[in-house]
Amino acid sequence: MIPMRCQQLDPERIKENNSIKENYLKQDMYVPAGNWFIATSLIIGLILNFLPLQGDLLISRPDFVALAITYWNVNHPYKLGMSMAFGMGLMVDVGNAGILGQHALAYCVIFYLTLIFGRRLRLFSLLKQAPQIGFFLLIMQIVIILIALSNGSALPGWGYFLATVTGTLLWAPASFLMTLLLKPKPDSNAL
Amino acid sequence: MQTAPQFFRHGPGPLARLLIFAMLSCLLIAEDTHFKYFPQLRQAIGVIIFPLQRIAYTPADIYDQVEKFITSFNLLEENIKLRQLYLERREQLLRLDALEAENIHLRRLLGAVQEIETTTKTKVVLAEIQYTPRDPFNHKITLNKGSYHDIELGQAVIDDKGIIGQITRLYPLSSEVTLLTDKDHAVPIQVVRNGLRSVISGTGKNNELELRYLSVNTDIQQDDLLVTSGIGGVYPPGIPVATVLKIEQDPMGDFALVTSTPIAGVDRNRQVLVLSLAQTESNDSHEMSTIGSGTN
Repeated sequence: MIPMRCQQLDPERIKENNSIKENYLKQDMYVPAGNWFIATSLIIGLILNFLPLQGDLLISRPDFVALAITYWNVNHPYKLGMSMAFGMGLMVDVGNAGILGQHALAYCVIFYLTLIFGRRLRLFSLLKQAPQIGFFLLIMQIVIILIALSNGSALPGWGYFLATVTGTLLWAPASFLMTLLLKPKPDSNAL
Repeated sequence: MQTAPQFFRHGPGPLARLLIFAMLSCLLIAEDTHFKYFPQLRQAIGVIIFPLQRIAYTPADIYDQVEKFITSFNLLEENIKLRQLYLERREQLLRLDALEAENIHLRRLLGAVQEIETTTKTKVVLAEIQYTPRDPFNHKITLNKGSYHDIELGQAVIDDKGIIGQITRLYPLSSEVTLLTDKDHAVPIQVVRNGLRSVISGTGKNNELELRYLSVNTDIQQDDLLVTSGIGGVYPPGIPVATVLKIEQDPMGDFALVTSTPIAGVDRNRQVLVLSLAQTESNDSHEMSTIGSGTN
């Protein structure tokens, strides 16, 4: 017990905690995202997922739909329903010519994880969020692999997880861009 | 009576929702991999996402247009070259026609069945590879022609070097090709050197095919060319499929481990040909359905 208390009273620790709190309080209020905006972002994610890439580019392409779902769940929880994630997964499955329901389940899992942990993630800056998002993306890919394995496929190479790496790298810039679009516009008539 | 707007969210919590959707997904997965009761569901979703796929394809389209515009400057030279090539090949073609006629004649003399005569005549549709899915688990590609362009299920797809695969799913404006390398795909083949017949199957890995159940003492060598045998009626005979890469003869096992590499390349060129055998399915439709069903 004693070391725990010491840790809590450690002045540096308190300062750090305070700075996190301050950062959190300094965050801008978001404009409530419209349904159309959310739908458009998901559709753009789908289109990016369907880009006709080849070779290494194709392997390292992040899952844009998963990133979009993650973004909405972290920053605007409960705006997106799990049925949307499910439907998106079905579309990706048909586009991928894969097993119907594979991505649907994976997207539902990442939806759940980001909904549960999303509020905690908002305490951190974008760069600190990235590795945690990467962890969620990894779990999603593992779900996809497990479904494929249960259907008798061979294990893919390590290159398969490149998508998680690129997704993690993309999180901060993509998230920043989306937030920029959602920033309240200064009203010239306001006092 | 008007109800007050809800302050709190009602309905099942996140975990309950996850479980519901997980169950639904599992049902769908089982349906899709084992039972296949509702192929219409996939068709319907395919129609919904088709415009999105088209939009995703536009950058490639624009690139093609620009490339076409640039190459149009040296079309004249290319035309002359192609004409020469055509004349050279024409001579070979004429010889082939003569050979075919002679073959039919000899077969008639022997009283053999005339299947080969009809199956060598094929109808061809040119299609472009539209999309290679990212999934490393299934080896499939999407073509930009579908049932609207007279493409049918089970047709063979080739490029300029050899067989690529077979059409396994059909949408109105696009179709799905299962590649040779898919783990569920098999092609009846023949070794050119000695006429040995067998079936080659995909392994689920890139650029690797497998000849299963060949006994240890089978006469097969490295670099043997394997071509389609035409048995089963799905693939026309004589099209190159693969070359033997290596043979492992394990004295403990009953069978030799023969791995080979496909000759045609999917990642190399965008244009492919969809072959349909001339309509002579009256006598071999039975075989066709049995072989075709194994690959779906």
